[in-house]
Amino acid sequence: MTAASAAATGRGPSRFGFVKGFLWAVRILAVFGILWGSYFSITGGRLSFDQWKDLMVFGVAQGSVYALIALGYTMVYGVLGFINFAHGEVFMSGAMIGFFAANYLNQTGLWASQPFLSLFIVLLVCMTASTLVAVGVERVAYRPLRNAPRLIPLITSIGASFFLQYAFRGLFGAGVKSYPAVRALDGAWNVLGFRVIKTQGIVILAAVGMMVLLYLLVERTKTGRAMRAVAEDQEIARLMGVDVDRTIVTVFAVGGAMAGVAGLLWGLVFQQVFFFTGFLPGIKAFTSAVLGGIGNIVGAMVGGLVLGAVESIGPSLVLAGLGVPAAHQLKDVVAFLALVLVLVFRPTGIMGERLAEERA
Amino acid sequence: MAQTVDARQALPERELVPSPPVDLGAAVKWGLIAGMTAVFVSAIGMVQAFEVRSVVVGVDLGYLVLFGAALVFGYAAARPGEQLEGFLAPERGVRNVAAGLIAGLVGGAVLWLFVLLIGAVDIRSVFPSVSPQLRDLLTFGRGAGFAAAALIGGFGLVGALGGGIPVLPERIRAPLVNALAWVLAFGLFEDLFAQIFRGAKVPFLEDLLYQPGGGLSLVGALIVFVLFFAVYLSTASRRETVRSRIATMSPSERRRWVGVGLVVAIVILAVLPQILGNFLSEVFDLAGIFLMMALGLNIVVGYAGLLDLGYVAFFAVGAYTTAVLTSPGSPRWSPEMTFVAALPFIVLAAAMAGIMVGTPVLRMRGDYLAIVTLGFGEIARLLFLSDWLKPYFGGAQGILQIPPLELGPLTFRSSLDFFYPIYAFVLVFAYVSWALQNSRIGRGWMAMREDEPVAEVMGVDVVKAKLTAFVIGAILASFGGALFAHKIGSVFPHSFQILVSIVVLVIIIVGGIGSIPGVVVGALILVGAPELLREFAEFRYLIYGVLLIFMMLKKPEGFIPSRQRARELHQEEMMQDAWLRKEEEAAAAAGS
Repeated sequence: MTAASAAATGRGPSRFGFVKGFLWAVRILAVFGILWGSYFSITGGRLSFDQWKDLMVFGVAQGSVYALIALGYTMVYGVLGFINFAHGEVFMSGAMIGFFAANYLNQTGLWASQPFLSLFIVLLVCMTASTLVAVGVERVAYRPLRNAPRLIPLITSIGASFFLQYAFRGLFGAGVKSYPAVRALDGAWNVLGFRVIKTQGIVILAAVGMMVLLYLLVERTKTGRAMRAVAEDQEIARLMGVDVDRTIVTVFAVGGAMAGVAGLLWGLVFQQVFFFTGFLPGIKAFTSAVLGGIGNIVGAMVGGLVLGAVESIGPSLVLAGLGVPAAHQLKDVVAFLALVLVLVFRPTGIMGERLAEERA
Repeated sequence: MAQTVDARQALPERELVPSPPVDLGAAVKWGLIAGMTAVFVSAIGMVQAFEVRSVVVGVDLGYLVLFGAALVFGYAAARPGEQLEGFLAPERGVRNVAAGLIAGLVGGAVLWLFVLLIGAVDIRSVFPSVSPQLRDLLTFGRGAGFAAAALIGGFGLVGALGGGIPVLPERIRAPLVNALAWVLAFGLFEDLFAQIFRGAKVPFLEDLLYQPGGGLSLVGALIVFVLFFAVYLSTASRRETVRSRIATMSPSERRRWVGVGLVVAIVILAVLPQILGNFLSEVFDLAGIFLMMALGLNIVVGYAGLLDLGYVAFFAVGAYTTAVLTSPGSPRWSPEMTFVAALPFIVLAAAMAGIMVGTPVLRMRGDYLAIVTLGFGEIARLLFLSDWLKPYFGGAQGILQIPPLELGPLTFRSSLDFFYPIYAFVLVFAYVSWALQNSRIGRGWMAMREDEPVAEVMGVDVVKAKLTAFVIGAILASFGGALFAHKIGSVFPHSFQILVSIVVLVIIIVGGIGSIPGVVVGALILVGAPELLREFAEFRYLIYGVLLIFMMLKKPEGFIPSRQRARELHQEEMMQDAWLRKEEEAAAAAGS
């Protein structure tokens, strides 16, 4: 070992001391802040117990949308090892094109007379649109970059994301599009003491159903086995007779279909769609995927639900307790801070990252 | 081992195989792509929006974009494939032109079908831009029959022209394409050139080149074309020698030339605003502020390889610190300092922001780092916007009444005045970037960018290197923010959207990651051009998105690449080229 490198290692610990100290300070502050804020919120009695439960249900509904989008991130990351930044726009394209289908059905009167049939039709439209966009982006922007360093497809996907946003803006106009309301889903159910608004209930049910289907697809079918094989090792999968390109297209298609479902569910819960709709949910879904452990399908579902709940409850529970006015304005801040804290505390996520050791 | 020796000896005897000819079947595919592109630019409203700008002899930009699709994809269809190991150079001839023609005809047919479709069905309720006006444009106001002939014929002709480009001898091709690009530039940026002629006291040039209705006149187009064609043709051989001369310069000599370049740049910058006038100075000011940020991000992304997508946060910190410290309208606390007095605090705030963003992401891998920094960028904007910090930063109403910039006895009020401090800082920062590139820390950054564990083993203090990159990048961006605040006179959270980060990223990627000249040219064109061509505004981010994808697929090193970066990215190809050369030499030696 030369003198220079010895000196460098000699200097190392002190600097790491600063960094470690900083990160520990962040951790302690975070824990302390959360406990302190929650304590004051709960003892302060600003919100009743029922209101907390409502927030919780809303958070879970929103989180199940995130979870559906997160599946696309996590599958692509698991198989190709890069962040498909344009996936939020895949979600948006489903929601946007679904709107036109819903609007058309609303004009014909089918939306009111046969709500569930029309929802099913719109669902198919959303899934098709998102799948086509996802597969198209893969073909044009990612396939030529199969063996490029990881940041290059990430930058490409940022480009694809902005292209899709502004292409949709140009094609369909910049205005906000409002989904017609579903009369059949007015009112609420009472589940185990929780008041569940029907649309939110449908969203949770649909999301859970899709996730079960996806889990079965990945774990029980031949296609799923091919996906897992390609995720494990592309070269060896190819040698074993797996058509790698086709499997990757399938991964994008399935991820796109899930995002399409999320698009319709978004339309049901928030009723409004415009060209920028995909951006924030996209980043939050990525956060969910990281939260659950990227590359891990069950993790993405859990991460989505947790993030939805954190985002819904966090501002009222922690920030309001700390005396921050209008805390709901900061719900996105809470979501982003959650991402930072997860990566500082536990970079492998809740469920553990499937590919941790290989890609770290 | 023995086998390789055998292979080497067998080389000269092997014949080189002819390259496959241009694939005419693929030309149909390119034609479909051309047609869909043309339909797409029509349906998003580009053709209509660009109709207002007449470029050359009354031809407007809308048609240029439309038929440009035929030119580009005609060229793509006719382009010969790469020369592979052991193959002869591909032949170029009539077949290339035919491929371009086929692509053009197919593209025109697709567009014509679109015209028929929008004539038969009204799809305006879904696609607001597909209006009768668009149909008039696409049919040239003369009905579907004429449109069939004009679109298919026109696309075929332009496609064939595009297909002819690869056929031209190399010596003619580059000057021709460059000269045409200059004609286009002169037509597009009429405002800029006309103002320069007026400012340089040669107004007759404006009357000579441009026609009253806007755009280059026929004479003007010819003059520009012939002039640039001649210049490129006559200097083609000399440029190569100059380039190799630069490559072989000794460091001291190079430093001297950089000094000379600096002096020339200072002289040009001193005169430029006087020629440009107030409005164009404004455009250059904005480009200069982005240029400052791009130089900073170039250090973070280009040198150190840390993809920071939340760079706008530092810009915002600089702008808000300036606003709070200098404006009498600052809500909670207004010391009303001068810019010079506030400067140390701005630097301090930026450095702290850099450390706060940099420390948590130290151990993160590249792609996580990108998303987390993006999150920090949004957090900064949301905090400035929030009611929580409204007492300090004014929430959505922002901070107003920021005084004009004062440097000692000088006060800078107008856009024209502002040009000087902005570009003075740009010069300083460009010099700093250049100096850092060859410094110890700069080499550490580049080693870290290529391979972090190896760099660490070789004695690069990765923690220090990363934090330094973040802090220096943050300081450069905060200067941009400070000047921005003084120039606009107010700050709003709305000015600090994620799009700013993306624009800066596009600048450095298109210009060339790690290349200072690339960043300068990238900022001037990518920020300046949309300001000069107002009708571009709506499609700006669409074009940026396409540019990002295109660059990553085709030219990841950028248009004006840094030599080192290009070498790293194309190492394999270069090795292959060297192999090919050796092969040819061996073949020649065997033949003689």
